[in-house]
Amino acid sequence: MPVITGTPTVPDTGRTLSKQEIQRYSRHLIMPEVGMEGQLKLAKAKVLMVGAGGLGAPLGLYLASAGVGRLGIVDFDVVDFTNLQRQITFSTSDVGRPKIQATKERLAGMNPQIRIDTYETRLTSSNALDLFREYDIIVDGTDNFPTRYLVNDACVLLNKPNVYGSIFRFEGQTTVFHYPGGPCYRCLYPEPPPPGLVPSCAEGGVLGVLPGIVGALQAMETIKLILGIGEPLAGRLLLFDALGMRFRELRLRRNPSCPVCGDHPTIHELIDYEEFCGIRGEEFVPVTTGIPEITPRELKARLDRGDDLFILDVREPHEYQICNLQGHLIPLGELPKRASELDSSREIVAHCRSGKRSADAVQFLQQAGFRKIWNLKGGILAWSDEVDPSVPKY
Amino acid sequence: MAVKMEIPTALRQFAGKQASVEFNAATVGEALKQLTGAYADLRKHLYTEDGRIRSFVNIYLNDEDIRYLQKENTPTKDGDTISIVPSIAGGAEVIREKS
Repeated sequence: MPVITGTPTVPDTGRTLSKQEIQRYSRHLIMPEVGMEGQLKLAKAKVLMVGAGGLGAPLGLYLASAGVGRLGIVDFDVVDFTNLQRQITFSTSDVGRPKIQATKERLAGMNPQIRIDTYETRLTSSNALDLFREYDIIVDGTDNFPTRYLVNDACVLLNKPNVYGSIFRFEGQTTVFHYPGGPCYRCLYPEPPPPGLVPSCAEGGVLGVLPGIVGALQAMETIKLILGIGEPLAGRLLLFDALGMRFRELRLRRNPSCPVCGDHPTIHELIDYEEFCGIRGEEFVPVTTGIPEITPRELKARLDRGDDLFILDVREPHEYQICNLQGHLIPLGELPKRASELDSSREIVAHCRSGKRSADAVQFLQQAGFRKIWNLKGGILAWSDEVDPSVPKY
Repeated sequence: MAVKMEIPTALRQFAGKQASVEFNAATVGEALKQLTGAYADLRKHLYTEDGRIRSFVNIYLNDEDIRYLQKENTPTKDGDTISIVPSIAGGAEVIREKS
């Protein structure tokens, strides 16, 4: 092991590493690719983490342990019980606390010498530019399309790299957007999917360790950018298939016609991203418009009265095992083939988990000629909230 | 040309739960047509009503985006891989119903 003598400095700031820091980071310092110079780069670096959830957890832990001198964390959410399956910064005792508070405590415990600033706010077009300005690198660990486009556009407008990661069930994607000359998120996906077409984690599920892997990859890329070593993922989309345990790489190109980073950009300021993603119009027009509904309380009242109602459950078999209303199970995807199992002369109440799939089922059956059919508003989740709290929510 | 098509997780349920399928096709477009022919449910996820590939789905021939090649007319060779890469975001529910 080489002997390190004296306290080398980075000439422009005079910042030195203390004896404790040298010991803490010794495993970095003994690598020529990092060394004292690299560790001081990390100490001077300012990284903003957007999102302190599944991706943000491993990301924050690794950036803090690596000695990134200033970390910013943006998240307005509180720790939910269902987060503990994957958001490894949190303990059970953190449930109900703001995520940024719990995250800051955990990261500061790991490394008390770094500066951690928290922003308990929703990232919006009116605050993003000001928030991002002070930081060198932005890491996108968010969980929805409007924010991803917002983060992207703000990074391009401010000329900062955007370390991107995203996940779905067993698959992850990661890359570095807007690294000088490189493509941005809009070059890859000019438009978002319409709402409802791509399921979220709450609807599609996710294997907890997946964001752990992708978030750690984002930490790796961030550290490489700070140190200026290796090949960043700029211009490459890394795809991870956890089930097959395969990594693949696809080439990303900057789109010369990209509205925000192209040769002739048309976007010069942040826009309304909810509108862009088609959500604004959806918010006050529930999916169930035009579809006959029955609330859980109304259903309970009718059942108690002895009404002859047929309960149709359109969820999947594994959901039925979690909890059920003893309905007749026909998963939504099988409904077209199995509609003949239903008696259209009977009154039918269709339900699913939250009321969306069953709304589709009601619509389908109406088109097939069923007249006495209702959607259970809010699904089995609402039943648990309003009628029978002993029914587990998931 | 024998090509392999990689199906992303989000769409495997519409392709008989398979992670990849193989077809003989001379162009990317032909391979996609065979794919949606064999698995009709995939069609609406990959194509708009007027027959264009949806903008949040990218198609790659090996590691190159077909938008920068000849799009659906891109010719294929034996052993090529076509990847379907949809936009994913993870996380929160997009629509919150007002109760």
